[in-house]
Amino acid sequence: MSALTTTSATGPAGLAAASAGLAGPAVSTTGLTKRFGHQTAVDHIDLAVPRGGVYGFLGPNGSGKTTTIRMLLGLIGPTAGQHTLLGRPMPGGAGTVLPRVGALIEGPAFHPYLSGRANLRRLDAADRWADPATAGVRVDAALDRVGLLAAAKKRYRAYSLGMRQRLALAATLLVPRELLILDEPTNGLDPQGTREVRTLIAALAADGTTVLLSSHLLSEVEQICTHAGVMHQGRLVAQGPLADLRPAGHRISASTPEPEAAVRILGELGVTDLARDGDEVTGDLGDTPPEKAVAALVHGGVPVRGFTTVRPSLEDLFVSLTGEGFDVSG
Amino acid sequence: MSVAEAVTPAAVASEVRAVLPRPRMFSPRFLLSELMLIFGRRRNWAGLAVLAAIPVIIAVAVKFDPPSGGGGGPDFFAGITENGLFVALAALTVELPLFLPLAVAAISGDAIAGEANTGTLRYLLTTPVHRTRLLAVKYAAACIFAFASTLLVAGVGVLMGLILFGGGDMTLLSGRQIGFGEGVLRVLGVCAYLGICLCSMAAVGLFASSLTEQPIGAMIGTMIFTVASFILDNIPQIDWLHPYLLTHSWMNFGDLLRDPVNFTGLREGLLRAAAYAVVFATAAWARFGGKDVTS
Repeated sequence: MSALTTTSATGPAGLAAASAGLAGPAVSTTGLTKRFGHQTAVDHIDLAVPRGGVYGFLGPNGSGKTTTIRMLLGLIGPTAGQHTLLGRPMPGGAGTVLPRVGALIEGPAFHPYLSGRANLRRLDAADRWADPATAGVRVDAALDRVGLLAAAKKRYRAYSLGMRQRLALAATLLVPRELLILDEPTNGLDPQGTREVRTLIAALAADGTTVLLSSHLLSEVEQICTHAGVMHQGRLVAQGPLADLRPAGHRISASTPEPEAAVRILGELGVTDLARDGDEVTGDLGDTPPEKAVAALVHGGVPVRGFTTVRPSLEDLFVSLTGEGFDVSG
Repeated sequence: MSVAEAVTPAAVASEVRAVLPRPRMFSPRFLLSELMLIFGRRRNWAGLAVLAAIPVIIAVAVKFDPPSGGGGGPDFFAGITENGLFVALAALTVELPLFLPLAVAAISGDAIAGEANTGTLRYLLTTPVHRTRLLAVKYAAACIFAFASTLLVAGVGVLMGLILFGGGDMTLLSGRQIGFGEGVLRVLGVCAYLGICLCSMAAVGLFASSLTEQPIGAMIGTMIFTVASFILDNIPQIDWLHPYLLTHSWMNFGDLLRDPVNFTGLREGLLRAAAYAVVFATAAWARFGGKDVTS
C-alpha cells in the first residue's frame, strides 16, 4: 500500500495535478468545423465532455463522429473553430496532452506480421513519456487486462476481429490515462467480449478516467454513459447528462378484452398517442402516475389482463432527433 | 479480462513506474523499433538476399570463366582474378543502377505510406509522435538501411573474392599498387560514398511516401525518378540538365580508386547528395507537417 502512495505521483492523479485547467472540461470545442471540398463533414459543434464523465457520442454512420474524433486528436486540422483537450488548446498542446490520452480511432490497426505483444512494444517505444524500464511489465498488464495474454505471441494477422479490437484497447492502457477516446470500442466483439469491455470501461471510469465513447449500441451507451451527445448530418443536435436527455414520462401498454373501453377511459385520463392493436392498447402517459391509470381502468369496469410501463429509451430520443434508424447513413 | 478484472490502473501504476516525469529528449528506442521492423521483415530479408547473391554469382562466374583482357564489361571485372577485392567493386557497380536503388526505394517509399496503408500512422501520431520526429526517425532508418545494403554487397563481395581469388596487393585504376589494408580502406570509402548517394535518394523516397497512402506507388515513383535520372544523364544533348540530376555523380566513386584520389568529383557528388537530401526532406516535412491524416 505504501508503494501505491509513493508512486501515485506518476499515476493519473499525479499527471492530473501537474496539468493546468484541472477543473475545466476534459474535451471542449467551440464552433469546430471541417469541410472537405464542398461537403461539410462537421458543422460548428460545441462539444463539452465533463471530467470524470462517460460521454456517449452517438450518430448515424457518416454523421461526422469520426471526423470530429480525428480533429480532437490533431490528426486532421479544423476548417474553423477551436478545441481543448484536458484544458490545453490543441493542436499546440498535443505534445503534453496526448500522452495522457488513450485513443481508439476507426478500428484497430497494427503491423500484421508482428505479434500482438511486439505491436504494443513498438507503440510504447514511440512514446517518449513511457518508462522503458517497465515496458515489458506494462505491455503484459495491458494484454492481460483485455484478456489477450494467451495470444500475445500470435501474429496480428492471425487475430480475429474481436482480438484485434481488444489489442487496440490494450494499446490505450499501456500507461495510465486521464482521457480515453474510444471510437466504436465494441465493434466486432462477441456478446461476452462486449460485456467485458463494458465492465472495463466502467472500471476505468470508476478510477476517474474520463471516457468519450462513440458507439452504435444505444442500449450499451444507456448502460454505461453519464452524458451523451447526438450527431446528425455534421451537427450536434443534442448534448447533456443522460437523465436530462431522455424524454420524460412513461409509455404504457394495457392488455384487455375490451380495448375500446380502455381507449375511452385512458383518453379521458389525458393519455396521448393512444393506439389499439388487437387486445393491446398503448399510449403516452405523460406525468400521470401509472398506478392512477390502472385504477381508472378498474373503476371503469375494464378487465385488465396485463399492464406494463416502458421508460422511453435513448433510441426513442435518437430517432426523434435524427428521424432515421440507427444504421442508416446520414 | 476475467483474470485482470481485479487489476485496476492504480494497481498497475503502483507496481511499476509507467510514465516518466519528463519525456526523454533523445531516445534510441523508436529508431531501434523502426530498424527491427525493417530488418525483421521477410520481404526485406528476401531483398537483401538478392543483393548479396550478385557478388556470389560474379565471383563464381569469373572463377569458372575468367574474362580475357579488353572485354566490354565494367572495368573491375578484369581485376577480379588478380585481387578478390575487385569482386566487391564489380558487384557495387553492377547493382548501382537498379538493385541498390530498388532496395532503398522499397524502404523509403514505405516510410510514411506504409504506416498510412496499415492505419498504424494514426496510432503513432496520437501516441504522440511529433510529425517531424516521425520523419526524422523514418529517414534515419532508411539511411541506415542504405548503408547496410551497400556494406552487405561489398562485404559478401570481399568475402567471396578472398575465398576464390585471395587478397594481396591491389592495382588502382591509375596503375599504382597499394597494399591489401589500404585496398580494404578504399573499398570502405567507396561504400561510404555510395551510401551517402543512396541516402539522398532515400530523401526522394521519403517525399514520395508523404504524398500517398499506397507504399507501392511511392516505391515506383521513386524508382522512376532515379532510373529517369540515369537515362537523362546518358543523353549528351541535354548536358545542361546533367548537373541537376540525382545520379549524375554516383559513378564518381571510381575516383577513390585512383592515386592520388581525385576529390573534385567526389566533393561535387557529396554536395549534390546533400542538396537533394535537404530539398526533398524539407519537401516531405512541408507536405506531411500539416497534412490531414484520414487513413
